[in-house]
Amino acid sequence: MQTEYLVAVDEFCARHNIEISFISSLQKNGLIEITTIEQNGFIDAEQLPQVEKFIRLYYELDINIEGIETISHMLDRICSMQEEIAFLRNKLMLFESID
Amino acid sequence: MDFVDYYKILGIDKTATEKDIKNSYRKLARKYHPDLNPNDKDSNRKFQQINEANQVLSDPEKRKKYDQYGKEWQHADEFEKQNQYREQSSNQSGHRFSGGQSEGDFSDFFENLFGGSAGAGRSRQAKYRGEDFNAELHLNLIDAYKTQKQTLTVNGKKIRITIPAGIENGQTIKISGHGGAGRNGGPNGDLYITFSIANHDKIKRLGDNLYATADLDLYTAVLGGEITIATLDGQVKLKVAPETQNGSKVKLKGKGFPVYRNEGQYGDFIVTWNIKMPTHLTDRQKELFAQLAKS
Repeated sequence: MQTEYLVAVDEFCARHNIEISFISSLQKNGLIEITTIEQNGFIDAEQLPQVEKFIRLYYELDINIEGIETISHMLDRICSMQEEIAFLRNKLMLFESID
Repeated sequence: MDFVDYYKILGIDKTATEKDIKNSYRKLARKYHPDLNPNDKDSNRKFQQINEANQVLSDPEKRKKYDQYGKEWQHADEFEKQNQYREQSSNQSGHRFSGGQSEGDFSDFFENLFGGSAGAGRSRQAKYRGEDFNAELHLNLIDAYKTQKQTLTVNGKKIRITIPAGIENGQTIKISGHGGAGRNGGPNGDLYITFSIANHDKIKRLGDNLYATADLDLYTAVLGGEITIATLDGQVKLKVAPETQNGSKVKLKGKGFPVYRNEGQYGDFIVTWNIKMPTHLTDRQKELFAQLAKS
């Protein structure tokens, strides 16, 4: 059985000094998943870097949730395009300077 | 360090108000923030400059020093201390700066990338995560063929990393907590290492498969035979089928590159035959070829 590492939402919010409503908004917009255990919300530890990124976008760059949602989709596309470019570059190397 | 024109970086003039600075910073930060520009070193560098400029200009005390001392502003503390000392000597009630940052550590805030976004965004007394560091590590194909340990020096600290066999050219791995130090009790940033793997001069790689071209003399190609091929795992004897065509390929299963994080699994080694035509034929050989042509 795989161990799942969960972080309590209220603890996470207290540590980052953010409102719980912000995390709820992220969840409502499908940007993160919250696991509920006995009426307490938890964030999967794997999602933490993503959530922290959303916090920076919201609190430091003043981007609203709708903006974060749009950016998130665009970043996903950029990442998959960067992976594709890396693959194509490697493929191109196959044809360059082969003896 | 060269003199940096923070006003120019933020695209504002010296009469800019706090609001102008804030607006300009936000506008540029939205454009160059590393979160919005993954794997873009130029944007990262630009953001560092913007952040630095904002941290100085959005703080009235630091801005005053910057405006006052210009190019020499980095030594403002020394000047201020000297002035203060003079004042204290003549008047015991001389006051010190009230800024939260230690005056002696004036340059410390330049090292901060993600941290103290003074006056920026929604207000929050946050624990700031340290900056992420990006590094590039060059390996050759043979290095990447086997799992290896390397010691890197990052910001004066030595860290040992294990590079799993099969790492891909352009792949980035994250070393958690080895980036810049967090602020206000925030966590450290991460270290991202991007691997640049140079191809072998004879063997090319695509994913887990390796590709090579092997020369074959005409006679072996026609009659079949045996040839020795160099792989990354050593020499391999390969049977050549009779009537092998130029450009045809053979696959050596499991002789390719190790599959990343799948120990014991390997891709294939694909050999393309390059049939070499004989040159400097003797008269006798030409005669025999002529006979063959007629047959």
